[in-house]
Amino acid sequence: MATVQVSEAEKVYILHGIRDDLRVDGRGCEDYRHMEIETDMVSNTDGSAKVTLGHTAVLVGIKAEIRKPKPMVPNEGYLEFFVDCSANATPEFEGRGGEELGTELSNTLYKVFNNKHSMDLKSLCISAGEHCWVLYVDVLLLQCDGNLYDAMSIAIKAALFNTKIPRVHISADDEGGKEIELSDDPYDCMRLNVENVPCIVTLCKVGHRHVVDATLQEKACSVASLIISVTHKGTVTCMRKVGGGSLDPESIFEMTEAGKRVGKALHAPLMKLLQQEESLGKTRRKVGFLG
Amino acid sequence: MAADMRLPTIQKPVSLSVSAFNRKDLVVPGDVITSDTGFMRGHGTYVDEDKLTASVAGEVQRVDKLICVRPLKTRFNGEVGDVVVGRITEVQQKRWKVETNSRLDSVLLLSSVNLPGGELRRRSAEDELTMREYLQEGDLISAEVQSVFSDGALSLHTRSLKYGKLGQGVLVQLSPSLIKRQKTHFHNLPCGASIILGNNGFVWLYPTPGQQEEEAGGFFTSLEPVSLSDREVISRLRNCLLALAAHKVLLYDTSVLYCYESSLQHQVKDILKPEVMEEIVMLTQQKLLEQEG
Repeated sequence: MATVQVSEAEKVYILHGIRDDLRVDGRGCEDYRHMEIETDMVSNTDGSAKVTLGHTAVLVGIKAEIRKPKPMVPNEGYLEFFVDCSANATPEFEGRGGEELGTELSNTLYKVFNNKHSMDLKSLCISAGEHCWVLYVDVLLLQCDGNLYDAMSIAIKAALFNTKIPRVHISADDEGGKEIELSDDPYDCMRLNVENVPCIVTLCKVGHRHVVDATLQEKACSVASLIISVTHKGTVTCMRKVGGGSLDPESIFEMTEAGKRVGKALHAPLMKLLQQEESLGKTRRKVGFLG
Repeated sequence: MAADMRLPTIQKPVSLSVSAFNRKDLVVPGDVITSDTGFMRGHGTYVDEDKLTASVAGEVQRVDKLICVRPLKTRFNGEVGDVVVGRITEVQQKRWKVETNSRLDSVLLLSSVNLPGGELRRRSAEDELTMREYLQEGDLISAEVQSVFSDGALSLHTRSLKYGKLGQGVLVQLSPSLIKRQKTHFHNLPCGASIILGNNGFVWLYPTPGQQEEEAGGFFTSLEPVSLSDREVISRLRNCLLALAAHKVLLYDTSVLYCYESSLQHQVKDILKPEVMEEIVMLTQQKLLEQEG
């Protein structure tokens, strides 16, 4: 991932600041940077969202396609993730440079979102064992300024909220086979229930404390971080440790508790904002990429 | 614990005053500078149907028959005497490579630094071996441009007690076009922190040093914790600098200080919210106008 160089003295300054609960940009340890969210950005997707968090920018597009369900779960649809690390974000991603990070991110996203506790996968089923909706979730990293996981999860939740899947009507034809008919009316669509979709909270252990929404500089001072995905009820659906350093059990417990608290608090303003944007409908002027 | 989420807002187009419109020396790509063929084509221009046209957005500069456009969005083009803040990227034979936001890495020669223990000391082979003890990769320095090589790379020097290795503080990276050229780029601001406005757009904020620190020849860095009040001032200044830069206000000690004063009614972490930023910058610009007029 994009890394920055930080001198020893700068590290000491950041470390002491976090100890005193006053970070370099004036935030406390559990504060997020201010976030901008816009949905329905890309016209040729079924749902899309762009999230900017500080200078981190993530664009998510969701395409729905009809496929055969997985044989193990014939009555459920599924999600597929692909993370594209654009070389615009950092020159390190040029060529195949972003591939490794992209796979790592998409595998984590798959674990977090593709289970029945986060998404109502049954609603994606059209006819058991034969047809189901597959949601292709494409994530594009436009800029990296730390805290990719959180920004991505919020963007995915917003994009899922925005996703409109056309309704299907199944009719039996003369020979007893099934015929699938898609509705032509753009307003006759199915919306996804995103209530249980989790948000990811990344906690970076810096010194003896942990921070959420770490900038690249803070990330450079941290040895290990914990990724926790939390639903609006505070249920932890996935947890991962990243980074080379070690965490002692006590601090893992503390960080999980903090992650649950912070994660729970993320959902309410996000849903409020998404509903507000929805209610504005066509009257809202889109900002897009040049705003 | 707080997450501030919002819809993005459309940036209002800045209403330019009439005087700015009439300024013929400000051009955008495609603007015809002159259709007179008697001029020579310099940087940032091209000839399109016998007309000299700008290829970058910036300011037109004329030297005799040569017309150049100095771009506004650019990397740092150093000149002799510029104060810069930079980061060491490499330690080489007798020299350090320094990242200064220029097109090429700058060079800091071992012979152009003050070594601890006297200014007029011969540089021995031992000094060469212990270079990394003075400055290692990642360290920040303040320096002055000593000369410019033919390829545009800069040669720096730190042969004055005011330059040298930087200790605890915060680096803010901005556009070099936003830094106003002044007599001095080192300021001890009355709000309780010091600032180095590097000409290369790197701004260093640090707690105002005490007396004893300045004697160690610039290689001593204190790792004592900075007091919470100093931290708050520095964080506030950092956010103010970013706010000013976002609204393209020229940076010098007065503008920074006015912005700091205008921001006092807000919490430090709120300064970077767009509406607060706009309000603070407006107040600052007003104060600057009053002071001028």
